[in-house]
Amino acid sequence: MSQSDHHIVSSQTYMKILVTLLILTVITVAASRVDFGFMNTVVAMLIATVKATFVLAVFMHLKYDNLINRAIFGTGIFFLLVLFVFSITDIFTRYSQTPQ
Amino acid sequence: MSTVNTDAHGHAHAHHFESAEQEYLASKQGIWLFLCTEILMFGGLFVAYAIYKTIYPEVFVAGSKFVDWRMGATNTVVLLVSSWTMAMAIHSIQVNKIKAAGNYLMATIICGFGFMIIKYFEYSHKIHLGLVPSKYFSYTGEMVTNGKLYFGFYYVMTGLHGIHVLAGMGLIFWVWLRNRRGDFGPHRYTAVEGVGLFWHLVDLIWIYLFPLFYLV
Repeated sequence: MSQSDHHIVSSQTYMKILVTLLILTVITVAASRVDFGFMNTVVAMLIATVKATFVLAVFMHLKYDNLINRAIFGTGIFFLLVLFVFSITDIFTRYSQTPQ
Repeated sequence: MSTVNTDAHGHAHAHHFESAEQEYLASKQGIWLFLCTEILMFGGLFVAYAIYKTIYPEVFVAGSKFVDWRMGATNTVVLLVSSWTMAMAIHSIQVNKIKAAGNYLMATIICGFGFMIIKYFEYSHKIHLGLVPSKYFSYTGEMVTNGKLYFGFYYVMTGLHGIHVLAGMGLIFWVWLRNRRGDFGPHRYTAVEGVGLFWHLVDLIWIYLFPLFYLV
């Protein structure tokens, strides 16, 4: 296998992804105008994660990449989640009654 | 078989690799490992943000009144477009359009400049008002208790991100020069791929920073 065998993503696909990302940016701003209470942050983070997935899968070629690079990325995200979940669990269990 | 530094396809590579392809894959794997350290570095800051946002939600709502979402949104568009031009630069090299690749790389650098110029206006406006972190905070207008906390997060997170944008611009300039020199072709573009991955990660981090600071 030489580099000429690398998956070449078509320029049409890249354009579609760019347009999708721009539309999602408009949706992010629009969603922030609606009051979902504490869900606003959750909605914003969900949209951001959808955008991030498009960037990772297509722009960063993770969709077409080998297993080891996907595993490396997944490991990084896994440990970030471990840090996040334990920290947030700690804070919510101590501040849940009266946030101050 | 081939000589020590040339594989079956006639591509040069370092002698400790079997082939140019293996060298490319190893380099890219190294970049992904580096990107993991970047994700965890910014990740620590995102977790800190989540903790303080939970304890002092009013501080972040008040602080976000001092940033202009239109500037943040413009910068989001600028970075998304720059990610696209970066992806198109690699696509152009893969299909042997070397000159087009150079133009896409230059467009990416210009987007980086655009981003930093907007950031400069945002920063200088806030610094002028005394909206700076910690003990240097000297804003005299209406402000909630602990209001300066928001600006600590704002400057550290967008500042660290801004440094990454500057570093990315430098790296893209480096591959632009090498591209102009004729270093890259459809079978050899490892450096462009690596720099591209770094640039996309910088875009990725901004995708999260924008709603967290501008749309609280």
